[in-house]
Amino acid sequence: MTTQTRPDRAIAPASPARPIASWGLGDGQAIPWEYAPAPESRDLVKLKDRYGLFIGGREVAASDGAYFTSVDPATELPLAEVARGTAADMDRAVRAARGAFRRRWGRLPGKERAKYLYRIARILQERSREFAVLESMDSGKPIKESRDVDVPLAAAHFWYYAGWADKLEYAFPGRVARPLGVAGQVIPWNFPLLMLAWKIAPALAAGNTVVLKPASTTPLSALLFADVCRQANLPAGVVNIVPGPGEVGMSLVRHPDVDKVAFTGSTEIGRKIAAGVAGTDKALTLELGGKAANIVFEDAPLDQAIEGIVNGIYFNQGEVCCAGSRLLVQESIADPLIDRLKDRLATIRVGDPLDKNTDVGAINSRAQLEKITELVASGQAEGAEMYQPACNLPERGYFFRPTLFTNVAQSHRIAREEIFGPVLSVLTFRTPEEAVEKANNTPYGLSAGVWTEKGSRILAMVKRMKAGVVWANTFNRFDPTSPFGGYKESGYGREGGRHGLISYVRLEDR
Amino acid sequence: MAAPRIDVRKTYKLYIGGEFPRSESGRSYEVAGSDGAPLANAVRGSRKDLRDAVRAARKAFEPWAARTAMNRGQVLYRVAELMEGRRDQFVTEVARAEGLRDARARALVDLSIDRWVWYAGWADKIGQILGSSNPVAAPYFNFTIPEPTGVVGLVASETSSLLGLVSRLAPVVVSGNTTVIIASETRPLPAVTLAEVLATSDLPGGVVNLLTGLKHELLPVLAAHVDVDALDLWGAPPDMQAALETAAADDIKRLARRPRGVADARFDWTDDQAAQRPEWIAAFLEMKTVWHPVGM
Repeated sequence: MTTQTRPDRAIAPASPARPIASWGLGDGQAIPWEYAPAPESRDLVKLKDRYGLFIGGREVAASDGAYFTSVDPATELPLAEVARGTAADMDRAVRAARGAFRRRWGRLPGKERAKYLYRIARILQERSREFAVLESMDSGKPIKESRDVDVPLAAAHFWYYAGWADKLEYAFPGRVARPLGVAGQVIPWNFPLLMLAWKIAPALAAGNTVVLKPASTTPLSALLFADVCRQANLPAGVVNIVPGPGEVGMSLVRHPDVDKVAFTGSTEIGRKIAAGVAGTDKALTLELGGKAANIVFEDAPLDQAIEGIVNGIYFNQGEVCCAGSRLLVQESIADPLIDRLKDRLATIRVGDPLDKNTDVGAINSRAQLEKITELVASGQAEGAEMYQPACNLPERGYFFRPTLFTNVAQSHRIAREEIFGPVLSVLTFRTPEEAVEKANNTPYGLSAGVWTEKGSRILAMVKRMKAGVVWANTFNRFDPTSPFGGYKESGYGREGGRHGLISYVRLEDR
Repeated sequence: MAAPRIDVRKTYKLYIGGEFPRSESGRSYEVAGSDGAPLANAVRGSRKDLRDAVRAARKAFEPWAARTAMNRGQVLYRVAELMEGRRDQFVTEVARAEGLRDARARALVDLSIDRWVWYAGWADKIGQILGSSNPVAAPYFNFTIPEPTGVVGLVASETSSLLGLVSRLAPVVVSGNTTVIIASETRPLPAVTLAEVLATSDLPGGVVNLLTGLKHELLPVLAAHVDVDALDLWGAPPDMQAALETAAADDIKRLARRPRGVADARFDWTDDQAAQRPEWIAAFLEMKTVWHPVGM
């Protein structure tokens, strides 16, 4: 289905010197200007040829000496070789974490742990550009987003939880909060550094040590984070990072000496992980998939709503668990809204993730591109009407045009399954009741959006949404103080805020 | 002289959707006291009964959750009022079920009543303890509120027939959840009498549903039921724990487990600090975070 995703590839091949081709308006109308390329320099990132595992404060080879290649999804070129962890390496990492917990970290006063976390936050700020560039290279996300969202939020998470480390007695009045021990954490590829921060910051603040498995397509920012731990003089073994395939993550989850498991990823893998800890005493939190409804009432502030819809689904190429992938529009405004949305889509710039003008970068991997392509084909086959702006895509790399489906029925796969790509399904409703009914008609419950100028309606909708995060007249906002997590099959437990600490402590009576 | 009066015995039934059906399966099992003497027949609930109970709990969820917190608090308090009036009956049943002297059984019944009072008071406070206003670094108003999870499957303590049950039940329903209880298999009778109290209280039908029967028959069905949102596995037999949690993983059910190392039979339900905890309310709450821009 390659031709479907790049219909104009043969007509207008992008020149290698200008990776971003000319942009088109909706309905084939050419945009009267072009943006000059504004690429961020890659020079800040000194990539090594090979990266080891980070265990016990040292960089080590995998037990079987194997490596895998991390690829730049925008060019399909290899970035670096990365040691591929094994179950034996996980065991080594868990032992290192246990040793550090017993001997050092678990005994360190909270006020000292806090200072390490503050150091990490500061170093992330100091090296923010380097992290942003590397993150965009390894994941395909636009530099605009890694620079303005991922990296600053990651630093902010460490900053926020640093302050909790010496205040746990106030977080849980009447109880003593003890660390759980060793946390095994498995994170996805859509926000590699940010998910690392969401996992490691609260775990360390509460006095746990961690073994983290980054996603196999995006290990590099986690391995650069190992260098931050070194610079911060974090005691050896407090943070261990073992990249590898999914089964290595499962060996971490099943490791008998892991006390807490935290996972962010698909609901499908989440079920396996929940089953993997069944019958044990391990604490578990899951942050899984979503199929969020973004509900626009006829009295909504339309300019803001359009921006919110676009941000809701095209942010990070739509590779966001809380993406607003189902647009529910009140019937009376559906036609004008869709027209304006199509116009807005035509101005979205797809291309080189490192170009500062890019809005939508590369899809993270070939496998993900194929999944998106397959689901989009199903949408067409099931009778939904597809719209894609006439923008050119770079010759190489995993790119997918921002896509909008109208005439979508609730039974269509594109309305039910998490696509994890820049694909919006538009459905309509007449009454608020119908909006509620359709919004909640999914096994997921991670997020929801509501757009209306009527305050009482916002609050009524907030109450009715079966979702852990409700954005009203905004979408896709994140903050370390703000708890995030799902209802239903989107998982359990919260990350962020005081609530994010609960997952990493055992409460004892005074 | 008149002939000696023959007792009118009670038929112990299920409690589903506010009614007291016998099992559609027509099965029962004999319940004995701690001395081995038969006490009564209890219903041996079936899969079908369990599914009916889940349906009743689902139907009752939205309206119960929509009650005001103060109202739910008063409803729980009313349960305590009614139990007080049937105190002697509970004492007799708990004494027989658990093989206790009356004084000990009375202490357990009194505590069971007090526990409803303690949790009743939490109804309009738990949101203030667990909710938050979050100072985000951008012009947004941001707050987090707890909401009830939904339908909770509650596997009651096997040994503490009344106090253990009440101590786990009250924190589930006070926040607006509804529940399907699998009563103690060997000591089910006080639970059925509790259901009779609930039926005459102000608790809407379907908020609490109670099945008696065999745990190895009922628990796998409960754990695999897709319309059950969460499980309290306190009273699950240890040899079933892993299988139940595996089944629950399939639709990402929330789980409350008895901590390993804590034996049901040895847990001290009379220790207020250990056995009445706001964390047990929090176990069946979902946190909802809301964002709204701030601007003129």
